[in-house]
Amino acid sequence: MVSSSLEELSLMADVLIVGGGMAGAWAATSAAQAGAKVVLADKGYCGTSGVTAAAGPGHWWVPPDPPAARDTAVASRIAAGLGLGETEWMYRILDQTWRTLPTLARYYKFGVDDEGRVNYRAVRGPEYMRALRQQVLDHGVTILDHSPVLELLARSDGSIGGAGGQRRQVGGRAYRIAAGAVVLAAGGTSFLSHLLGSQTNTGDGYLMAAEAGAEMSGMEFTAAYTIAPAHSTMTRSMAYAFATYYDVDGYELDLPFGPEQTVRLARALQRGPVYCSLDRLPDDIKARLHTISPNVPLVFDRWGIDPYRDRFEVTLHNDGTIRGIGGVRVDDVNGATSVPGLFVAGDNASREKVAGAISGGGNVNSAWALSSGVFAGAAAARVARSTKSRSTELSPLGQAGLRPRGRPKDVDKAAARDGVRAEMHPFDKNLFRTGAGLAASSQTLEGFWNEVANHGQASSIALRETAALLATARWSVATAAVRNESRGLHRREDHPVQDARLAGRLLSGGLDRVWVALDRRSAGVQPGQLKAVS
Amino acid sequence: MIELIVAERCTDCGACIEVCPANVLDPGRDGLPVLARVEDCQTCFLCELYCRADAIYVAPDCDRRVAVSTEDVLASGRLGQYRKHSGWDEWAEQFPNEQWLMENVFRRAGEAAAQAKVTSADVIRTK
Repeated sequence: MVSSSLEELSLMADVLIVGGGMAGAWAATSAAQAGAKVVLADKGYCGTSGVTAAAGPGHWWVPPDPPAARDTAVASRIAAGLGLGETEWMYRILDQTWRTLPTLARYYKFGVDDEGRVNYRAVRGPEYMRALRQQVLDHGVTILDHSPVLELLARSDGSIGGAGGQRRQVGGRAYRIAAGAVVLAAGGTSFLSHLLGSQTNTGDGYLMAAEAGAEMSGMEFTAAYTIAPAHSTMTRSMAYAFATYYDVDGYELDLPFGPEQTVRLARALQRGPVYCSLDRLPDDIKARLHTISPNVPLVFDRWGIDPYRDRFEVTLHNDGTIRGIGGVRVDDVNGATSVPGLFVAGDNASREKVAGAISGGGNVNSAWALSSGVFAGAAAARVARSTKSRSTELSPLGQAGLRPRGRPKDVDKAAARDGVRAEMHPFDKNLFRTGAGLAASSQTLEGFWNEVANHGQASSIALRETAALLATARWSVATAAVRNESRGLHRREDHPVQDARLAGRLLSGGLDRVWVALDRRSAGVQPGQLKAVS
Repeated sequence: MIELIVAERCTDCGACIEVCPANVLDPGRDGLPVLARVEDCQTCFLCELYCRADAIYVAPDCDRRVAVSTEDVLASGRLGQYRKHSGWDEWAEQFPNEQWLMENVFRRAGEAAAQAKVTSADVIRTK
């Protein structure tokens, strides 16, 4: 850590929440409602950090009446999820979202449609996160802003009893929090793509969970991409539902709105620049775009582009595990991991059981972030109540990027970060995958990982982030290499069809040695169809 | 990325330093916030939204720096545009939050795409 002359700040809590985005804020509220003393630590500012704050989440929202509506929604999602979803989990988050979201009305002014009905499901990100911050504060939660958590702390029995980090706006002062239970809600990662709001989401929560002994699930599903005007971060896709696309010669491209659009757009982008016009957007929406999504027109306006007349260049930004679905494997819907005292919520958790093998972006992931936050906060509070000891005899678990395995020396962080981007963003590597390509990516990533893990010393937050990015990329590539088929977000050019024997979830983990194994508890899995690899 | 803070408008309230999720700004000695780590800016525009003095300009360019002059930005009338259209603070009555229309747009797009499939005029390779 950056050396600081300040004495370490030491705090005690029943529940520590790591991350103050949507899931973390709901988890903090829920834990406090259950009577816990809660501390929430955010790398940035709880209210603007994370991918919700700059976007506009629509929640998966199905009223309980008529009951057949939820049955239909769940059955349809189970089918779309291609064998990886779990019916019971889907009902749980639909119900929790339905019951919880309206309770935010004291802090968030929900929209009223033209028929006078309140719309709860679609909220605007900045206002939603501002409301959640206020709700968290009103519940007596202590928020540490600009205080990245760098590592978990374990009790002598291996259970998690706190975390340590650094207050970067207070002279880099180190802090440690002893807690009865910890909820990791540190988000997913876009591998440093320009996905809106994702730059500080570097997979820290995955790395810390793995160091504690937890495993990942669904890490092969990182091949989600979202459109944006080239050179911008504006991955707000609504207006593109009516887009028309052109190649560099001005010929219209056949990219109809629908589930295959992103893949077809990626293929077109492999051939050359793609231009776009939003002229087909209905006039009533054009007139209201700035009050629906006020940040979307900013980009066009500042560049002097009229998106309804001009053709502008577009690109695709990688969504990684954010609109993808991999993350820490959850043992039950309460967010418990395989490590006692450690819970996960939101994108820090695998969302396979609620999203299936396809992207949960846009609705399921938001319902999951809310619900898993509520569940994990309450469950962590229960565990904290039964854990009387707030031991300060805690062992730090941080490894790569904090404590080198070998002789410390300066590590080229920028090269390693560029290396992650170069393996995880290009379409020919991460979207249109091949066994040979994945093997090459694996080799490159191993090299960077060894450099960071062997020599990286506690010098900066960025180095620790780099270790997390590399760990996450390694699990993703290794899992994709084992899934010798195409399923949902995972496409293998050398295995273009689904293999019924692989209709199960893949677990992964390991730091020095990456491993992949079949989740024996997946529906539809037969034993002996996959050998564990390392 | 964040390109400038207009000194004559900044009230040194510190909000941008506090709310920036990427910790790009530092308090300056003369009172003005300093753009200390522009390379960390994630172009999320949230500092603009929280700036009640409408003093901040974020260029949409996330992968390249652009030259911006205070005069041009002031003349453009774009300072405070995000906060205004979001209906924050004094703009609450004039600019309602219509985010709820989002699903309506997706539904209409789906219907239009289905319709286009049915009528199927072949528009591929028309200029």
